[in-house]
Parts: sequence; C-alpha cells; structure tokens
Amino acid sequence: MGALFSFVVVILLILLAYVGVAAVGMQSFFGIVIPYVAVLVFLVGVVYRVIKWGKSPVPFAITTTGGQQKSLEWIKQAKLDNPSSSTGVVGRMALEILLFRSLFRNTKSELRDGRLAYGSGKWLWLAAMAFHWSFLIVLLRHVRLFETPVPSFVNLLESLDGFLQIGAPRLFLTGVILLLAVTYLLLRRFYVRQVRYISLAADYFPLFLIIAVASTGILMRYFFKVDIVSVKELTMGLVSFNPTVPAGVGAIFYVHVFLVSTLFAYFPFSKLMHAGGIYLSPTRNLANDSRAVRHVNPWDYPVKVHTYDEYEDEFREKMIKAGIPVEHYPAPSPEELEKEFGDKDAGVPAGKEE
Amino acid sequence: MYNGGKILLGIFVFLALATYPFYNNIGKANARPEPSTDTPAIQKLAQKKCIEPEAFMKSEHMQLLNQWRDAAVRDGNRIYVAGDGQRYDISLQNTCMKCHSNKKEFCDSCHNYAGVSPYCWDCHLAPKEGK
Repeated sequence: MGALFSFVVVILLILLAYVGVAAVGMQSFFGIVIPYVAVLVFLVGVVYRVIKWGKSPVPFAITTTGGQQKSLEWIKQAKLDNPSSSTGVVGRMALEILLFRSLFRNTKSELRDGRLAYGSGKWLWLAAMAFHWSFLIVLLRHVRLFETPVPSFVNLLESLDGFLQIGAPRLFLTGVILLLAVTYLLLRRFYVRQVRYISLAADYFPLFLIIAVASTGILMRYFFKVDIVSVKELTMGLVSFNPTVPAGVGAIFYVHVFLVSTLFAYFPFSKLMHAGGIYLSPTRNLANDSRAVRHVNPWDYPVKVHTYDEYEDEFREKMIKAGIPVEHYPAPSPEELEKEFGDKDAGVPAGKEE
Repeated sequence: MYNGGKILLGIFVFLALATYPFYNNIGKANARPEPSTDTPAIQKLAQKKCIEPEAFMKSEHMQLLNQWRDAAVRDGNRIYVAGDGQRYDISLQNTCMKCHSNKKEFCDSCHNYAGVSPYCWDCHLAPKEGK
C-alpha cells in the first residue's frame, strides 16, 4: 500500500512538471522558482533539524561497544570498536560514515528445519555502499553545471567515471551503478518479508523518487538529448542570482529538476536526514570512557527536594511527643538539664553514699 | 545546545560547501559560448549547411562521430549517406575539420563550457591553428 502510494505520488510529480512545462509553458516556475524554494527549504531545514538535535541532551554515555574495552595494559583494546579517546571516536565515525562499518555487521535470520538461524547479510551493505558512493560522484559531477570554468577535479571524475569509453556521450558507470543499487534496495523491500512488513510509504517514496531522478537524468543524457549549453546557461543563472530561461530546453530537463527539487525539499523532514543524524548518534560519537570520566546528565532538572534531615527538623518535636525515634534529639535547655540532672549534682540519696 | 561548538562548526562546513556555487558565482556574468562557424572554408560554401540539419548535429554529433568511428575503423566503410541523399567521406580530419578548421572556437567553446572532454584527439591530430 505504501509502495503503491509512493509510486503514484512520484508519477504525479513527473506528470505535474511535464504538463506544467510542455502544455502550460511554466518554464520559469519549474526552472527558477521551484529550485530556489527547494534549496532554501533544504538549507534551512537541515540546519533547523541539526540544531534541534543539538539541543537534546544525552542523559547517559550510551556508546555502542563492539570489542574489548580499554582495560589493563596487557589486554589488547579494540580501539576502533570500543574507543576510549576522541581520536578513536573520530576513527570510528570516519569508518561509519565512509564505509558503513556497522551495516557490515548486518545479519539475516531465517528458519532452518524449524530452528531460527542467523547468518551474515552483506548484500545490503554492498548495495548501500554502491548507492551512496555513486550518488556522491553523480552529485559532484553536476558541479560542471555550476562552475565556470569547470573545476579540474570534476573533469578528472568524469574521465574516471567514463573510462570504459562506451558510446557517445560516454557512459558514466556511476549512473548505472546508482540505478542498479537503488533498484536492489527497492526490491529488497518487496521480496524480504520481514523488511516488507516494516516498510512504510516514507521508505518507498525516497526510493521511487531517486529512481525517477536517476532515470530522467540518464534519459536526458543518452536518449532525449537536451541542449547542455542551454542547461548550463540556466543553472549558471540560478547560482549567480541572475536567472534566465533559455529557449529550447526539453521538458525532460524540467521534470528532472522538479524531481531533484522535491528530493531537496523533502530531505530535511524525512529519513534522509540520517546524513546529518549520523554525526549526532550518541551510540557512535561517544567514547567509551564511562569508567574514567563521569558523564553528567545535562538533563538533570533542579528538582525541589525535601531531605529526611529537613523533614525531621520540621517534625522533630511532634515525633518525639509521639514516641517516634529521631536521628537528632534536640539539645536540652538549661532548665531541663537542671530538672534532669540538678538533683544529682546537689547530692545523691543519703542512703547510697558510702 | 550541547556540544554547541562542534555542531555549529559542522553546520558551518555544511553551509559553506552547499552554498559554494552561489557565493562563488554571485553577480558574475555568464555568457553562453557561441561556437563560431566563421572559417574560410565555410565562407566559400554557397549554401551554409552541415551534412545534417543543425538541430540534429547539435544534439547527435557525438553519436554520429561514434558511428563514423565504428564504420571507418571496424567495418572499413568510408561512405556516409546523409539524410538528404548526399554522400560524404567518413573522416573527422578531412570532412568535419575541413570546414570546421577552428577547433578552439568551434569544438572547444562548448565542450570546455560544459566540461566535456571527448577523446577524439587521443588518436586524431588536432588541426594546427594560428594563434
């Protein structure tokens, strides 16, 4: 249901942009207004989400440990899986962000002869790596549309990406890998029953959207052929705040831009914010030094307490009168002392004296 | 905010990277390149037209060149029959570059602008141009 809903929404988005440009002629709306709004929503939204997270306290040191803790000198510490210093944390975060180390530990479970069996499940990790890295390279390749002259690292990326020299324009491997990987991630949600059970529209929508973005991009480059010089004229107009809509850019370009804009605007309010959230994961970014450093809960609220001592101070007399034992008996007044001990001082009973 | 320094630094880096194209290009004029067809060979032509219509050449020239490469080098076919029935010699240097002898003002103007680096000249000799 979630899948069908997401699919229909993406199709509607495509139709909306296509009809808006091809039939109604709203090029400047889909080519200028929407991208500006989307980028603004993206930037403000991401900053808002991160600051909101930053305001959340971490009550406990809840670092996830995956190896031997720092202990006695002769016990080897797993410095990356159980870091005790900031350097170790940086190393662990880098591995997590660049190589998805914890996803590498992914397991799958299945029933075998009536018994639950667990095994290593690396396909998700492989597809996630392929997907994210391809997406990054695809994104960086697009810098060619936003910088004049084109930075040399973009040319280098393009020559590496197209090094197989298939066809003209050269086939970019990352485009193909991106589409294959995201298709795997989608099919996984369809065919792995446990995953399908927990999949929601919010899981399917980004996948369909990214598939649509990649497909329109590939169609535009290899099949429908938009005029790249006019496209760059438009994109350079956007980044120089001098927007223009060149004539003769195909509708597929506006569909692509509209889908990308949707992705950007949707980003801060969705699961896609894991891109920013991973940096703020307490289980990852805390050092496991809870035996060496006290983690003070910043959330400790100044609670108004009434300790037992204060309670006893308040009710001591009544407690004594009621015969309840108290911790601190009141110091007796001179009169009481005299009453209690005065006679003794005056003299003991005559009979007892020796 | 907790760990405000680190988080704000992260936000700053994110914003600096994400908005780089904007503050790097703000206010810059961006004129689109106009590939020049002003060469002596083209001036001499009675009818100034390429082997196929301009729109086709604009969007499909790379594919056409790729087909020419395959036809000439792999199949040994050196004759191209254009859409209007005219026959042309399949040769980058002797057909294309005969008219478009100004590689810098013609090919490179758009290719550099769009960050395209075709590998034609890995094998072919680029025409010598007086500067």
